Amino acid sequence: MLDTLLLSRIQFAANISFHILFPTITIALCWILVFFKLRFDFTNDPVWMRAYRFWVKVFALTFALGVVSGITMSFQFGTNWPGYMETVGNIAGPLLGYEVLTAFFLEATFLGIMLFGIKRVPSKVHTFSALMVAVGTTLSAFWILALNSWMQTPTGHEMRDGVAHAVSWVEIIFNPSFPYRLTHMLLASGLTASFFVCGISAYRILKGDLKLAPRLALKTGLIVAAILAPIQAFVGDAHGLNTFKYQPQKIAAMEGVWETEDGAPLLLFAIPNEETRSNDFAIGIPKLASLILTHDPDGKILGLNEFPNDHPPVAPMFFGFRIMVGMGILMLITAWTGCYFLYRKKTLSTTYLKWLVMMTFAGWVATLAGWYVTEIGRQPWLVTGILRTADAVTPIAPNNVALSLALYLTTYTVLMWAYIHTLKRMALKAVTVEEFETAEPRAHGNLPNVPKVKVDTSGGVA
Amino acid sequence: MNEIINNGSDWLPVVFIGLMGLAVLVYAILDGYDLGVGILLPMGEQDEPERDTMIASIGPFWDANETWLVLAVGILLIAFPSAHSLILMHLYIPVALMLVGLIMRGVAFDFRAKAAVDHKLTWDRTFKIGSLITTLTQGYMLGQYVMGFDYSVPSLLFCLLSALGVTAAYSYIGATWLVLKTEGELQTRVIRWAHRAGRAALLGVISVSIINPLVNPGVFDRWFNYPLVMFVLLIPAVCFLGFIFNDILLKRLPKDNDRHSALPFFITSAIFTLCFSGIGFSFYPYIVPGELTIWEAASARNSLQFILVGALIVIPMILLYTAFSYHVFRGKATQLDYH
Repeated sequence: MLDTLLLSRIQFAANISFHILFPTITIALCWILVFFKLRFDFTNDPVWMRAYRFWVKVFALTFALGVVSGITMSFQFGTNWPGYMETVGNIAGPLLGYEVLTAFFLEATFLGIMLFGIKRVPSKVHTFSALMVAVGTTLSAFWILALNSWMQTPTGHEMRDGVAHAVSWVEIIFNPSFPYRLTHMLLASGLTASFFVCGISAYRILKGDLKLAPRLALKTGLIVAAILAPIQAFVGDAHGLNTFKYQPQKIAAMEGVWETEDGAPLLLFAIPNEETRSNDFAIGIPKLASLILTHDPDGKILGLNEFPNDHPPVAPMFFGFRIMVGMGILMLITAWTGCYFLYRKKTLSTTYLKWLVMMTFAGWVATLAGWYVTEIGRQPWLVTGILRTADAVTPIAPNNVALSLALYLTTYTVLMWAYIHTLKRMALKAVTVEEFETAEPRAHGNLPNVPKVKVDTSGGVA
Repeated sequence: MNEIINNGSDWLPVVFIGLMGLAVLVYAILDGYDLGVGILLPMGEQDEPERDTMIASIGPFWDANETWLVLAVGILLIAFPSAHSLILMHLYIPVALMLVGLIMRGVAFDFRAKAAVDHKLTWDRTFKIGSLITTLTQGYMLGQYVMGFDYSVPSLLFCLLSALGVTAAYSYIGATWLVLKTEGELQTRVIRWAHRAGRAALLGVISVSIINPLVNPGVFDRWFNYPLVMFVLLIPAVCFLGFIFNDILLKRLPKDNDRHSALPFFITSAIFTLCFSGIGFSFYPYIVPGELTIWEAASARNSLQFILVGALIVIPMILLYTAFSYHVFRGKATQLDYH
């Protein structure tokens, strides 16, 4: 029988993993929708409105899943992790409170107007509502990442009788890892949403959609991805350097450095072995890890031996990190290749479109892998140096947790199936339903696969 | 009252229990009506247009309504963390069930409009069942809270009663909301539902009001304490009058030009407010009845002050744009469309 601690950890991981999938899409998708709507307001070109209309429905569905799976989170702390609020409640509470007050109400209320109010309010008010939803989703990321980063690199507090008390809210919010983690996550959302948009648009085109709107959306997504992917690589590197400074044991686990080393290699592949405390089948590029992390080929990297019984498990960190980086590189190549095709050939091949469909949820894989690295990397601590995960767990019986976990997992499986199934339905419906497209497609920039329309390269989209 | 005088500086927990009370009350009224609409959904095959209209009446609002629950739980978590842990550990399974209910109805709402036609009925059922699970578990939790988390048979019977009572009350406010938002044949139908749900809710309120002071001696002393009793008994009296007045009014609806169609909803909201004040009055200043007062459970002053500043600035803004949203979607519910 699994114990309450392990079951609670699995349950928390399941809940937060399921939840984060949807905000990761909606945070950036909402800004893309604001962009579509603004383009429509400024150009009066109905095709932008059609792109907006299709994607706002996808947004509504994704947002709803994010909301309901998020409500679960607000109860989790009390039900499974009472020690968390008892120890750091004075810090975590206000940050969560500000998220609810400034972000949740803003997005939830203006969402109604954004989704259903377009005929009831002037167009400007409607665009403003969409903008407020986008601001709300981004603010929500701001607060929750402030809290998460504080748990990773706590500052601005003092401990009195084992309870954390705030000393400086500025230092708490803008703790050392926060700017990096926030930027990294917002960019991740941008990449996830743009590949999501590209994938579904490509699917529509492949299924015979001759309309202009999916092509515009696809092009927007590709350009956004092509711009964000290299920035993400740069920010990710900076985030890594920041982690190296404040949480060296996390980096050691990510890179599989068991013993402190000068001039550590960058391992491309290995199987970390916790028993022998070494890597099996390691293939690496000499000195590269040291060069990346210390900007010196012979720089010193602290090994896991420096943190006896106080470092995270190595294998999930090692592989999680490589999955994230691998997906990142794949996304970068895909986006740049696509933009190159659009620029040189003015069209995208069927093979490439099929590849985009396969990459629809690429952002999810990278985001989840990245979050697993950073969250497992904090173990065995729940709040670094303040509270161990094992000390925060609820005393309730494992049977109860097993039951609730089974309930959640069943619900999530059904929902995930329904979500992807419904997205497919919506895309297929959009292929045939003409209400979205009342006017003839016309040349508007260099769009992929617009049939019988002369492509005009002078009017770009982005 | 002594605690307040003794801890003259500790007015913050009082402010926060007030804010939390406000959030719970607004939640019960706002999410109450949309949960009620879910419970009342008629499932006949010929009722599909009616279901569409009913769901359209809550479409732009349900998301923001549920946010009040997050705020209420959030304030409990932020301001009274030990009470949050204590209450939620006692209510572990019902909370999990309620969350599954909330998830089911929240997504069903969006899936029904977008899924294939042949799945629409399934999602409508999910919506109804999800709403029902949510209200039953909330009622059960209210019962457990009043009983001080006791699992004896009489307690559980009381919780069952409370579950049914809360479900009836939500149906009541849902039906009166629909009286306001619908017209024609559907309106005649929902007036009938409101009438019945009102009587069921009255029965629930009366039985809970009688049992609560009988099983909780503290509650009895508080209510039947001369001379305060002359004043506080006004609460149940006015509440009772509200039920009676609404009952008579509903019998006379619909009137010409749709006169007074908004009144039942506002009277029901007033009844909710009165019932809620009654519960608050019974237990204040305990946040976990008989176990923990708001001062014992409160967070550090510094943290409460930091969040209070934000709350005082932001809550009026929230109320303002919520009002704006209700203004935008005023009038009878029409087919929901995205364009």
